[in-house]
Amino acid sequence: MTQRITVVEKIMGANERIAKANREELDLANVYALNFMASPGAGKTSLIEQTLQKLASRGRVAVVDGDVATSIDADRAAAAGAQAIQINTGGECHLDAVMLQAALAKLDLSTIDLLIVENVGNLICPANFELGTHLSVLVASIPEGDDKPYKYPGMYQGVDALVINKIDLLPYIDFDMDYFRQGVEALNPGLVTFPLSCRVGTGLDLWLTWISEHLPSGNGS
Amino acid sequence: MHELMVTESILEIALRHARQAKAARISDLYLVIGSLSSVVDDSVQFYWEFISEGTAAEGAILHFRRIPAELACQACGHTYSPNENLTCPVCESSDIQIIAGQEFFLEAIEIVEDPAGEAVKSTGIARS
Repeated sequence: MTQRITVVEKIMGANERIAKANREELDLANVYALNFMASPGAGKTSLIEQTLQKLASRGRVAVVDGDVATSIDADRAAAAGAQAIQINTGGECHLDAVMLQAALAKLDLSTIDLLIVENVGNLICPANFELGTHLSVLVASIPEGDDKPYKYPGMYQGVDALVINKIDLLPYIDFDMDYFRQGVEALNPGLVTFPLSCRVGTGLDLWLTWISEHLPSGNGS
Repeated sequence: MHELMVTESILEIALRHARQAKAARISDLYLVIGSLSSVVDDSVQFYWEFISEGTAAEGAILHFRRIPAELACQACGHTYSPNENLTCPVCESSDIQIIAGQEFFLEAIEIVEDPAGEAVKSTGIARS
């Protein structure tokens, strides 16, 4: 004899519970955490380097770098003066809350004020895995094309800030900024956006000012 | 692709509920997947065969209920399926809200009761 049992349980519930625990751990240690997401090659690491330089005077920063393999990105973050932890996901296309939990265990949270998490380059999966960070930043870039909000609505919907990198390439690429922005606005009304170029520096000031203002005051150290 | 981890999670939830109900085994699982949740049925099915092997859910049939994406215009109230521009086809407003398509949950399971009343053995799932 069979019997039907109503379950109604979210499949991602376990990840969400650990994300919540991560957030509590970060809050307890007074560490503010950012989750940088983007497609591969959009400029996450370049933006993080620029951001590290600016924020160095504001507090102590650590970077957690998610990559399928290699520690190139973590090495770049370390070179820019941050404590860096590499997570090789071994083929997984995103970071999840468990991976961040393991990385947090390797850091002395009492020695940092800000944690930057660089997610795996991917516009689909990272959107489905909460980590427990405070602020999600999406780095889009001009060469990706203006249709990305329409193709990856989940990613554009869930972020708190949008950086549009490589605007120095606008004269050479067929990118309709109005069409792009219309998609962003439909998915995430009022989303704060920063068109900039990490390479030539245009627009970086506005982003750096905004992110500095968003950080809580330090640990009193 | 994160269907492996997702499938492990489905099994963990199903076995837990089966244990609570003191079931001998699970015969069917009913999953609800919104079309925006970026989960591929075939891929879950593929992993399921391997993951469920040797557990009380081995051989259980997965039933997928797909929920299409639906948007609601906040300006005029019109509801519609996403179009190329996402904007409301009636009033062209871009003030929209997703009202369906993001679901991803295990709705129910069907269990075979154990006449002896012996519960499903606790089956640990290794997580990489």
